[in-house]
Amino acid sequence: MNAIELRGLTKFYGKSRGITDLSLTVKEGEFFGFIGPNGAGKSTTIRTLLGLIKSTSGSAAIFGKDTVREKKNVLAQVGYMPSEAVFYPGMRVREVIRLSARLRKADCADEADGLCRRLGLDVSKKVDALSFGNRKKVSIVCALQHHPRLCILDEPTSGLDPLMQREFFSILKERNAQGTTVFLSSHILSEIQRNCTRAAIIREGKVIACDSVEALSKTSAKRVHVQGEVSVSALDHVRDLQQNESGISFLYGGDIDALLRILVKQKISDLTISEPDLEEIFLHYYLDGKGDIK
Amino acid sequence: MTMIRHELKQNRLSLLVWTSAVGFLLAVCILIFPEMKEEMDGVSDMFASMGSFTEAFGMDKVSFGTLTGFYAVECGNILGLGGAFFAAMCGVSVLSKEEKEHTAEFLLTHPVSRGRIVTDKLAAVFFQVLILNGAVYVFSIGSIALIGEEIPWEEVSLLHLAYLLLQVEVAGICFGISAFLRHGSMGIGLGVAAVLYFLNLIANISDSAEFLRYITPFGYAEGSDIVTNMSLDGGLAALGMLYGAIGIGAAYVKYCGKDIG
Repeated sequence: MNAIELRGLTKFYGKSRGITDLSLTVKEGEFFGFIGPNGAGKSTTIRTLLGLIKSTSGSAAIFGKDTVREKKNVLAQVGYMPSEAVFYPGMRVREVIRLSARLRKADCADEADGLCRRLGLDVSKKVDALSFGNRKKVSIVCALQHHPRLCILDEPTSGLDPLMQREFFSILKERNAQGTTVFLSSHILSEIQRNCTRAAIIREGKVIACDSVEALSKTSAKRVHVQGEVSVSALDHVRDLQQNESGISFLYGGDIDALLRILVKQKISDLTISEPDLEEIFLHYYLDGKGDIK
Repeated sequence: MTMIRHELKQNRLSLLVWTSAVGFLLAVCILIFPEMKEEMDGVSDMFASMGSFTEAFGMDKVSFGTLTGFYAVECGNILGLGGAFFAAMCGVSVLSKEEKEHTAEFLLTHPVSRGRIVTDKLAAVFFQVLILNGAVYVFSIGSIALIGEEIPWEEVSLLHLAYLLLQVEVAGICFGISAFLRHGSMGIGLGVAAVLYFLNLIANISDSAEFLRYITPFGYAEGSDIVTNMSLDGGLAALGMLYGAIGIGAAYVKYCGKDIG
């Protein structure tokens, strides 16, 4: 079953673009990454999916239910963590968490207690007095306490310290192992690479690539670091050439044999040829403007 | 019920302050009435002969020397204006504050329909208006009993009913406006209430501006008319309720289809 299915989803704010003709499928049980820089349309996609905004055209379904016609049923199965965690002033953490549960007509006290303990969240504090990171934790509890079938997380780790990020992802992975679908929107690639099984890259309101994280990371291009007195001006297919004190680094998409022939003639003290990480590939999706890397 | 309770809790301080302020001012006015009454014999004529000023506040129709006359004018200004301000503030902020304070994303991603949210928020506004009016009514009656005057039940009840209707109308109109705002604005609410109040003063002064009474709820909630005629102008009140209902209808239509920013 598809957890999320977007078909030709388009949203214009007046004349300015939000997303255009965006189609995407996330299967139930997946840990799915949604990557793109700020302003690419990630939040617009999520907000349309959750019915906060109306799409200009196209449709969205969660677990086969149309998100406009069956919004209430859809939202009952979703846990959402917004990028900005803002709550009603004057309320205590405990009250916010309880309010969220009551709005869902659910008693999630035990689960909420467990999550608060794991995240080290003091429920007696007023939400106004919380740091950004602690407000994020309140958001996490509100998004997970009712055991949703689908978690939609918009830039969830900003504000969380590294230890807390680790705990957060271990909670998500446990949930994912229990069958929860996770839709993680982020511009932090390492986060996606470490945790997600599949990912989509969004650029200027369009999905430009959608595949398994492994496949997205795998290209014929290699990252080559060479130390010594080296010049590769004779080589084709060299991109992102960076010169530093001890040598050079570049992305190479050509024939390895040709590379070695050039290198063998020069004075080299060290050489590494590695797979480029997702971050590099991603940057090229953006810098290229072609959505294609060789 | 969760939403209504939540709203009431969020607004409890404001409700307490406004109820106390309006109740206290009304009580003070009533408590000084015995003193006023003694001096009134000479002053009544003066109050009745200040031209437009007299007409604006309806003091040409009632006597300041009687409790009902005094109450009709004082009550009109304190409860009329104070209540209208409170109702306007409640109404104008209740929907828009979610977007202004960025809590809409929290609230509207829970499985609660927009229609339900509008209904519950409207109920919370009316609850608050009812609580304020109920408490103020009790304050008033208590204060009148305290100064040893006979309680003019019918006049006082009719006046308070009129002001309740006025606040319901103002709240309804401002509720409608609230659905269109993104940055909840108390100023707009207070402005609407103030404009409606002044429209009635103008209608009272000038015959050619009489039509304004069909626009402002202060037209049917005119204390001096009510105690003179011992009745409410049903037509005007019905028209007022219609304005309020239009505001509420607009709120449903707008909010249920609104993009939340």
